[in-house]
Amino acid sequence: MSAAAFALPATEMAATRSTRLLSLTKCAANRSRADDRAVVAALCNGDERVFEGLVERYHRSLVRIALTHVHDGAIAEDVAQETWIAVLEGIERFEGRSSLKTWIFTILANRAKTRGGRERRQLPISALAGDDEPEVPLDRFLPPDDPHRPLGWAAPPRAWPEERLLSGEVVERVREAIAQLPTAQQAVIGLRDVEGLSAEEVVAALDISAGNERVLLHRARSRVRRALEEYFDH
Amino acid sequence: MTCRELVRLITDYLEGGLSKRDRRRFERHLRDCDGCTTYVEQMRETVRLAGVLSEDDLAPQARDELLEVFRDWKS
Repeated sequence: MSAAAFALPATEMAATRSTRLLSLTKCAANRSRADDRAVVAALCNGDERVFEGLVERYHRSLVRIALTHVHDGAIAEDVAQETWIAVLEGIERFEGRSSLKTWIFTILANRAKTRGGRERRQLPISALAGDDEPEVPLDRFLPPDDPHRPLGWAAPPRAWPEERLLSGEVVERVREAIAQLPTAQQAVIGLRDVEGLSAEEVVAALDISAGNERVLLHRARSRVRRALEEYFDH
Repeated sequence: MTCRELVRLITDYLEGGLSKRDRRRFERHLRDCDGCTTYVEQMRETVRLAGVLSEDDLAPQARDELLEVFRDWKS
């Protein structure tokens, strides 16, 4: 940070930053609307590479969302495939009132709900119940009545070796750890961190509250971090 | 703020969901605590590594089927 920025009072600095952020977001929204129009035009012209690009970007997310409704990998794939058919069949009627991405996700959600039928969805109630595992085992903290550092680290985390962070094996550990998470946590971390959706997009795609999204993300990330810690420490 | 509390609030912090006051408490704690600094770094690293998974290719079968769908639609 420059010395000049330091000299600004904190509140002013925050205001400057948020104004800048706002205009950046606006630009991004405008640009993506223009991109959407180009994509729609190309699809209508039968451009297969553009379709392939869309599939590359969203198919995995679609399957992840479907899995929270149907609980079966093959059926989730099916629902995602049906969604692409519906997208192609409806593309000429796409009016750009929402982004193309949101439109595709909405089609998927409606189909997955129908397919899920009466089977009760695992989100969000049972997803939040019955899982009060702490982020870190409680014995790694000092007791609350410790005279010096109540609830401070008794066994602090040890820094991970940087050279090993680049290995393919670490990525495999992350993949395994995510696969072992409960469905709802898997969906949230999968969409937010793996596929890079915004928190708002995850909330809309999974039809859960912002609070639930945050809790599920927290549990998921905490568990994956722990799995990595176990891997590095042993 | 205690270390235990920081561990609980970390996702709210990283997702920009803390109140101004809690954010200040969080950052003040971090300045004096190596253990929590490492913890936050590890959490950021975890998020980054999860993002690497998105570089996985789509299963060839899924891709082929979808391209088939596209060709049917086009014709």
